[in-house]
Amino acid sequence: MAKVSMTVNGKAVSGEVEGRTLLSTFLREGLGLTGTHIGCDTSQCGACTVHVDGKQVKSCAMFAAEADGAEVRTIEGMANADGSLSVIQQAFQDHHGLQCGFCTPGMVMAAASLLADNPKPTEAEVRHHLEGNMCRCTGYHNIVKAVLAASGQDAGQIAAE
Amino acid sequence: MPKDGGIGASTKRREDVRFLTGKGRYTDDINIRGQAYAWFIRSDVAHGKINSIDSSAAEAMPGVVKVFTAADFAGVGGIPCGWQVTDRFGKVMQEPKHPVLADGKVRHVGDPIAVVVAETLEQARDAAEAVEIDITELPAVVNMKAALLPDSPKVHEELTSNLCYDWGFVEENKAAVDEAFEKAAHVTTLELVNNRLVANPMEPRVAVGDFESHSGQHTLYTTSQNPHVIRLLMGAFVLGIPEHKLRVVAPDVGGGFGSKIYHYAEEAFVTFAAKALNRPVKWTSSRSEAFLSDAQGRDHVTKIQLALDADNNFTALRTDTYANMGAYLSTFAPSIPTWLHGTLMAGNYRTPLIYVNVKAVFTNTIPVDAYRGAGRPEATFQLERLVDKAARELGVSPIELRRQNFIKPDQFPYQTPVAVVYDTGNYHATLDRVLEISNYAGFEARAAESKARGKLRGFGLAHYIEACGIAPSNLVGQLGARAGLYESASVRVNATGSITVFTGSHSHGQGHETSFAQVVAEMIGIDAGQIDIVHGDTSNTPMGMGTYGSRSLAVGGSAIVKATNKIINKAKKIAAHLLEASEGDIELKDGKFTVAGTDKSVDWVGVTLAAYVPHNYPLESMEPGLEETAFYDPSNFTYPSGGYACEVEVCPETGKVTICAFSAADDFGNIVNPMIVEGQVQGGLAQGIGQALMENCAYDENGQLLSGSFMDYAMPRADDFPMFTVDHSCNTPCTHNPLGVKGCGEAGAIGSPPAVVNAVIDALHRAGRTDIAHIDMPLTPSRVWSAMNA
Amino acid sequence: MHNFELVKPSTIAEAVAALGQEGAQALSGGQTLIPTMKQRLNMPDMLVSLTGIAEMKGVCKGDGGLHIGAATQHAVVAKEAAAAYPALAKLAGGIGDPAVRNRGTIGGSLANNDPSACYPAAALASGATIVTNQRSIAADDYFQGMFATALEEGEIITEIRFPIPEKAAYLKFEQPASRFALTGVFVAKYPSGVRVAVTGASNDGVFRWAEAEAALSANFAPSALESLSLSGEGMIADLHGSGDYRAHLAKVLTKRAVLAAS
Repeated sequence: MAKVSMTVNGKAVSGEVEGRTLLSTFLREGLGLTGTHIGCDTSQCGACTVHVDGKQVKSCAMFAAEADGAEVRTIEGMANADGSLSVIQQAFQDHHGLQCGFCTPGMVMAAASLLADNPKPTEAEVRHHLEGNMCRCTGYHNIVKAVLAASGQDAGQIAAE
Repeated sequence: MPKDGGIGASTKRREDVRFLTGKGRYTDDINIRGQAYAWFIRSDVAHGKINSIDSSAAEAMPGVVKVFTAADFAGVGGIPCGWQVTDRFGKVMQEPKHPVLADGKVRHVGDPIAVVVAETLEQARDAAEAVEIDITELPAVVNMKAALLPDSPKVHEELTSNLCYDWGFVEENKAAVDEAFEKAAHVTTLELVNNRLVANPMEPRVAVGDFESHSGQHTLYTTSQNPHVIRLLMGAFVLGIPEHKLRVVAPDVGGGFGSKIYHYAEEAFVTFAAKALNRPVKWTSSRSEAFLSDAQGRDHVTKIQLALDADNNFTALRTDTYANMGAYLSTFAPSIPTWLHGTLMAGNYRTPLIYVNVKAVFTNTIPVDAYRGAGRPEATFQLERLVDKAARELGVSPIELRRQNFIKPDQFPYQTPVAVVYDTGNYHATLDRVLEISNYAGFEARAAESKARGKLRGFGLAHYIEACGIAPSNLVGQLGARAGLYESASVRVNATGSITVFTGSHSHGQGHETSFAQVVAEMIGIDAGQIDIVHGDTSNTPMGMGTYGSRSLAVGGSAIVKATNKIINKAKKIAAHLLEASEGDIELKDGKFTVAGTDKSVDWVGVTLAAYVPHNYPLESMEPGLEETAFYDPSNFTYPSGGYACEVEVCPETGKVTICAFSAADDFGNIVNPMIVEGQVQGGLAQGIGQALMENCAYDENGQLLSGSFMDYAMPRADDFPMFTVDHSCNTPCTHNPLGVKGCGEAGAIGSPPAVVNAVIDALHRAGRTDIAHIDMPLTPSRVWSAMNA
Repeated sequence: MHNFELVKPSTIAEAVAALGQEGAQALSGGQTLIPTMKQRLNMPDMLVSLTGIAEMKGVCKGDGGLHIGAATQHAVVAKEAAAAYPALAKLAGGIGDPAVRNRGTIGGSLANNDPSACYPAAALASGATIVTNQRSIAADDYFQGMFATALEEGEIITEIRFPIPEKAAYLKFEQPASRFALTGVFVAKYPSGVRVAVTGASNDGVFRWAEAEAALSANFAPSALESLSLSGEGMIADLHGSGDYRAHLAKVLTKRAVLAAS
């Protein structure tokens, strides 16, 4: 067991982990941040997407010890300071960008990462960026719409109803 | 209508807030103090005899609590099947035993052999490697037709063969159908495969068992679409636990698509082990394990034939289908290729004579059961591919051939030759509508533009009918169902007027917490925010049958309407008393009770308060309180229908198919929340297009799963699709449920696969490749290229 | 997965020392290794993380062309190589998905030499030099078949040096599930001639297509490939495509890469 310390959603945390403890396990079981989900074991579904030092990563494909000293952000840290939904979260609700909600945290984290780099993406860029995040419910239609809307673009103009 | 909260409003979903902030509570988020972890040791061969299991070394390993094998389950029932099909000779199907843990034999890769329970999951996995299992591998049978040969290995020794049943429908029609084929002016024949699929909801299955020794109370937390069904099946048939001592909770569930209907061995295991060990036991499936243990979908091999007269009228239809059951009968498996498939073979057409034969076959593969659409996609795919092929053979437009043979709008209710009666529909309207929204008129110009870029463009059409809102319990009972198919609701009005609705239906993405509240808000005329929907816990909801078959609103919603009407009736009585008027004069509008033709009124809260503080109340004739329960059992199925149009581009160099546009014109009857309905269709389309183009669950000849992870099972991603055009403006309300709704959950997955394949075939034919009559799904680049280069 | 000890050296020397221990393996971005360990197909006693070694990171121009530290993530290559070697940057930007590109490294990819990976095609087509803690290996000598390389036990890649071509392009036809290359072709035109490397297709891993190289060296145009064909013999055949299909794709992609080369 080794001690790791990191900042998660702005709060300093630490805990004892084994070498094999994944970052996702540390977040879910160590810190009780169960918004980060595990949907596969081959690092493809993206439900476990979080930000480490500002970059989106799959927390099931990174050891907790590798995040020692890092700034980690999870879905629990995405709302506005007053607890209201952030622009991206609100766009997902407004445009019905989620159904069962399981892929949603990863989608929001991936979308946030895209919009940080590319504030006005095209539909194709949104779809391409979400390549590593699987959703089985929405057919992606409303997720793409939500991300475009969150970027301030008129999703109604782009998206067929 | 209450502002933004009643029927017909695209009310934003209230459940979204918890999901968007990471506050959803899924089964894997539940950890009970003191819980141990279960790891299932599964067979790595498809067929084998278990000679011995030695767990002594494993049991001595750190953290190991116990290793369970079949021996621990002596005296425990097997996993039950919920539907008994009777074959064409009047004999009941062959029904093999399905032990919780493999007993003596393993019958598919993934068949559970033993379970290690340990203090941590990793300790359980470590110890699993030390369990010594000696298995003699036996020849496996994977191909259905081979499985029916006399010398085939038998999946189950206790059965006479690998044939589960040989079903004929309608058996009495067979001779007349054959005769019609004799007389036909033209016969179109098509052989096709409906590919095996894996449902793959993004949340893998999880089960946590808990036991309270002092009260004898069992609790199972599970990823289920129907917790009451699990309580009934597991309690009564497997573990012998009476309902009052068994609570089943399905909290937030991350998608199901059918795969979370069934009662699985892992649920029985954790419930059993929690008592045996007197501590909570948790099992979480990995995705790799899900590929080996979740019931899979479809897997039909069919020959279908259509007879037409000289005027291109359909005169008869016959089909021969082999349906793969896998190694065991999953909960509803026998019903899928029969009652959910054969009864839909009329489609949207007036074909007067139909005969459907289905042979259900056991193989050494993972069990197969319902997957989104369940039987109806199989029927629709065959029929809509066949009609397209017939049109090409006859040199007529597939659009016009459909139009000519559609049931006409004035023929409803329409009795089909395959038992069901369609109450309403207007297929001509949805056909016209889909041609309009897909801008079919502009297709030639788009095809020319594609051609200029070296691509082959095609347009494909498909129409579907489905039977949803399952179902009349007395009817399905006659057909072999071992359960009822009603739904329940309790409406509890609180003293200050807020309402808690308890539904037996379950939401795992469908948005019931929002749309069900809209129904009640509309009926009473109060704000939807005053109404909460509770579901998923057998300890506080009335016995319900759960969510599948696009039934939640049609059946569960109707139960809520019934219970709410009881509430309104009683509330009117209370209002009449308070207003000193006769009950018949009381009108409820916008949450206010008024004496007709006067300005005398009492508001909703005035009445609800009176019900719970009955100081001025007719206690002699009425009980206080305001809480009602209703069960709704439908009198018929509902029949959503629609026209789907797909436009594709095929790359002639690589065979890659790109979806350029997809349009859906659906008739769902009345609609409560259009936003949610559109979302359901979009999701269904993605699954149907996924089936058509990329998803394929494949086994090798030894029964090894070739597509056992997302590395080989192609899940559709965001960049596989364009934006979809979905429309629900053509609607003919259902005539036999109070909301006039039909159900929308499965439509997208039913109508889209034939539309996609028809579009690809159209593209190839337009490019002169009229020799390619059919390509089996999925139409991967390599398959299309191979067809073009055969 | 089995437990192990994770060590995080900050210099190449420390990493090499750690890797000298029994059961030690290098961990780079982990995007392939971690899933393999979850399946318990790989069970190291110790993982030596290379991603914290500053001297193994970064993209810069040098004598050998473009020098890329082995622990540099794909996302960084996609950005920082864009000006000097756009085809390479584009390849890096097309590996996996954004999250994978933020973790996965060029050195990790080359050390693993997955037959469907993208980077091996770039290294081989560019005639890159694989620099390790011990020596420099020419790409032509480095790739030795599926998952096999010239690396010795305990040897780690520290840097990759890419000679910059006049023109180049990489085109990948994705396997529909994994989105690895079902077949990928990297074409690079140098003053000395054209090099063509094919990944995803062969049972022997990445390979150079000599006939295409000769034809394109004489005439750098898609038409130069018209009369050529690759045999499906020895090509990977699986659920996603036959050997013939892969061989066919290799030709189609080579033509497209020539057209796309800039």
